[in-house]
Amino acid sequence: MNSFNISVRQFGVHAILVEWPNEVEETILLEILQFIEYLRKNHLDEKEWEYVPAYNSLTLICKDTVLDFDYFKPKIKEWYTKKGKVEPVTRYLWRLPVCYDPKFGLDLEEISEKLGMSIDIVTDLHAQSMYTVYGIGFLPGFMYLGGVPEALEIPRKSTPRSKVPMGSVGLAGKQTGIYPQDSPGGWNIIGKCPVPMFDLKKEKPCFVKVGDKIQFYPISMAEYQLHKIESEVGIYKLEKKVLDA
Amino acid sequence: MLNIIKSGFFTTVQDTGRFGFRDKGVPVAGAMDSYTVSKLNSLLENVEDCAVLEITMTGPKLEFELDTYIVTGGAEMSVTLNDLAIENYKVYKVKSGDVLSYGKLIKGFRAYLGIKDGFRTASVLGSRSFYKPITEQDCIKKMSGLPYTECKMFGPKISKLKVDSILNKGQLEVYKGPEYELLTDKQLAQIFYKEFSVANENNRMAYQFNETIEGNTFSMLTSATLPGTIQLTPAGKLIILMKDGQTTGGYPRILQLSDMAISILSQNKSGDLIHFKLK
Repeated sequence: MNSFNISVRQFGVHAILVEWPNEVEETILLEILQFIEYLRKNHLDEKEWEYVPAYNSLTLICKDTVLDFDYFKPKIKEWYTKKGKVEPVTRYLWRLPVCYDPKFGLDLEEISEKLGMSIDIVTDLHAQSMYTVYGIGFLPGFMYLGGVPEALEIPRKSTPRSKVPMGSVGLAGKQTGIYPQDSPGGWNIIGKCPVPMFDLKKEKPCFVKVGDKIQFYPISMAEYQLHKIESEVGIYKLEKKVLDA
Repeated sequence: MLNIIKSGFFTTVQDTGRFGFRDKGVPVAGAMDSYTVSKLNSLLENVEDCAVLEITMTGPKLEFELDTYIVTGGAEMSVTLNDLAIENYKVYKVKSGDVLSYGKLIKGFRAYLGIKDGFRTASVLGSRSFYKPITEQDCIKKMSGLPYTECKMFGPKISKLKVDSILNKGQLEVYKGPEYELLTDKQLAQIFYKEFSVANENNRMAYQFNETIEGNTFSMLTSATLPGTIQLTPAGKLIILMKDGQTTGGYPRILQLSDMAISILSQNKSGDLIHFKLK
C-alpha cells in the first residue's frame, strides 16, 4: 500500500523522527499528512503528542514522557505498513494579496538587475505560480513555500537585514515566504502582504497548515492600506478554496 | 501586585512552556533551568506549571502589595528581603510593603523567584512564558506590576531544601542527534576531546561557542529542532538551541542535550568552559 520506505530514529528522549526519502515531493508530503491523521485517530493521542511535519520528515514529540524507543521503533514501522488508505486530509488553496510597490519591495530593483528581467516580469512570475507549504517554522507562522519558478531563483542577500518589516514577502533560492513578524532576515524582499500570518486575536492564530497551497495576487497601495485596516479590525475575509485530493 | 521598582538586566515570567503549537512555528519557551524551577514549585507545594520569575545576570528590586510566600533558587545572587540577606531554597513569608532586592551575581547565571500559587500574568496559547510576539512583553519593565494571589497562611511541609547544585558545572550530557552519523572521526575528536567556551551570543534562543570545529557541507531539508538540539553549521560553528529556539532548522542536528544538560548550560555565561559527554 505504501510506496515509500521510512526510517525511524530517536531524537533525544522525548521525540522520534520519522523520515521519508530526501526529496521535495508533494506525494511524500501527502503521505506524511495521512500518516499524521492515522496516528492521531488510532495510536498517539493529540493531547500527549505533538506532530511537526516538514518536507520529508515527521517529528513526534511527547513532552512529559521519556520514550521507550525500543518499543516505538518497530511499532511506528508496523503502523505505517498497516495504515492503508486513509481518508485524505482536507487541504486548502489560500489566495493572498501582495502589494509589489517598490516602497515595500525593497530589493525589486536589485533583483531585476541580477535576473536580467523587468520588475513587472519578476512580480508577474511570482504571482502566477502556485506554492506548496512544505513546513512552518523559524518564526510563528513562517511558511516554507516550495514551487518558485526557476527564473526567479536568486541567492539570499550576502548581508542579512537586521530588521525585515512584518508582512514582507521574500525570495531565496527555491523558496518564497512571508515574514510573519519584524525579524532579522536575508531574503530578497519583493513586496508586502497585509494579512497577518499569525494573529492571536483569532481562534486559530495560524490559518495555514503544512500541505496547503498559496497563490499571491497583486494589489495596489490603496488596496493594501484597506486590507491592512480590515485585518486589524478583524473583518478581512480570507479567500480559500478546497483543494482536490 | 508585585511592583517592579527595578527590572534587572533581563527578567521574564516563565512556566513549563507552551506546548501544541510547534507545527505553527511557536517555540516552547519556559524556564531555561527547569530543574531549579521544579524544586521551587515543590517547596511552595505549587502545581508544576506555576509561573516564576527568571532573572538573568542582574536582578530586580521588587515590592510586594499582598502577603504571600516566596522561595529563591538557581544562580547565587546576594538577595535581601527588607535589607536582610535571604538564602536560596528556603521558604519565606512576605508581607504587604516588603521589598526584595537582588544584588551581585555570585555563581551561575539565572536566578529564579517562586511565589505561592505562581505569577498570574496572562496565559497565551496555554502558557504564561514570555515570548514576544506571542506575549505582549519580552521582559518585565520598571514601574509595572505582576499579578499574584494573596496567601496569608501556609505551613510548608519542608521549609528548606538541600539541593544538588548544578552551578559551575561544565559537563553536558548529550545523546546522538539524528545526523550524528555524518560526523567524521576528526570532528568527533574535536567535539569530545576539547573544551568549548561560551560565546557572547548566548540567550534564551541559542548558545554559541568561541571555538569552531571542522565544518559540514551536508545539505538537508528543513526539519524539526528541539530545545537542546546542537546544530553544526557549514562554517563549523556549534549552535545549541535553547527554550526560545526556532522549531525547525536546516543544519545537521548532530547532538541532543539531555534535559538536565539544558538546565546546566543555562547556568553558564560568556567565557565559561563546557565539555560534552556522550550518554
